[in-house]
Amino acid sequence: MRFYQHSLELYQTLEEELDSWFMHETKGLMWLAHTETQMRAERARSLLNLACGAETVMITPQEAKALCPQLDLSGGGRYPVLGASYHPAAATARHDRVVWAYAQGAMRRGVHVVQHTRVTGLVRDGERVTGVETSAGRISASVVLSAVGGSVSTVAAHAGVRLPIRTHPLQAFVTNGYDFPFAGIVSDTELLCYVSQTERGQMLIGAEYDAQPSYSLRSSFSFLQSSAAKITHLLPFLRDLRILRQWTGICDISADFSPIMGHTGVDGFLVTTGWGTWGFKAIPAGGEQMAQLIATGRAPALIEPFGLERFASDQTMADPGSTGTH
Amino acid sequence: MLWITCPTCGRRPVEEYSFGGELRGVREGITDPIARDIDYAWMYDNIEGVTVERWFHRAGCRRWLTLRRDTTTDSVVAYPLPGGPRGR
Repeated sequence: MRFYQHSLELYQTLEEELDSWFMHETKGLMWLAHTETQMRAERARSLLNLACGAETVMITPQEAKALCPQLDLSGGGRYPVLGASYHPAAATARHDRVVWAYAQGAMRRGVHVVQHTRVTGLVRDGERVTGVETSAGRISASVVLSAVGGSVSTVAAHAGVRLPIRTHPLQAFVTNGYDFPFAGIVSDTELLCYVSQTERGQMLIGAEYDAQPSYSLRSSFSFLQSSAAKITHLLPFLRDLRILRQWTGICDISADFSPIMGHTGVDGFLVTTGWGTWGFKAIPAGGEQMAQLIATGRAPALIEPFGLERFASDQTMADPGSTGTH
Repeated sequence: MLWITCPTCGRRPVEEYSFGGELRGVREGITDPIARDIDYAWMYDNIEGVTVERWFHRAGCRRWLTLRRDTTTDSVVAYPLPGGPRGR
């Protein structure tokens, strides 16, 4: 949680630092709860957030309705809203703009970014990893960091490393334009889906990742069907909109829903993975802390608990709640 | 969408099934028994290609089956016999 909070602070100044605009906008995020158990979980979430300096409050159904007038508090009769946790500082940003801004910033500082090149293997000298085999030839390096999403197990297999990672597809879709403002981001603890409005006014709807691991980027109709059914219980106005576009990406989900950063047990080969569906908010801090790790050879205190060794030493993270904040 | 042929119930959509995970194993070359346990409990092959896995027909005959699925296309490529050798 502290790690993510640090990341959010870095985001605040990132636009200025990289000299580019990526639509970073503070919107506020609410997690709706429909049962006593979920209320308890949300209370725990808000207290944890508060303790780590991320302001989160419990709100009543009426307050939720005031923040988001489109909400049906009876949940279509099936999912009545008992309350919600509200995190006012939650923000969204345009993901591809962040990627490009980072790439440009890195190139200005003399980093080579090689595009359209596939990693085909790792160069090994005895037990050490000393470089990367790519479709464009061999690149030597004293330290190799795998920061790939999704296919990380395939890269790690080249070094003979197995990871506690499974790759799941995550789907989302947008509707056509909605002419009225929609406040913030609405998520639901029972239905596991979220809604927000894009800069263009389209409604963005996403849900949990697919149950079976897969590297396929194919979108499915059953996803559209199930998430549309879920979300119209809470936000009936969505029924009048049409689905415009649907897409799928693959996520690396770790066994304890927290990222894995650091050494792998093979000399010269590091990973940062397990970012699942929530890694976006952690980009600035993840990058900064990993750079420190590579430069000093030792994990900084902020990411020390995220090492791969935690699985062997029975110190897995009990922090899935953090992934759903911000 | 993924369709799976159950030996008892026939061809059914994936929504009827629960995913039971890949067949677990231990990486070759690990000899220490504790290290083997850790590897077995936590680590996945997470193969990008054909993988052997268990599925449970939750909304049907409620039996387990083992099949081979290609994770790059999310399609079933082969059905080993039910109750037969558990792959690998």
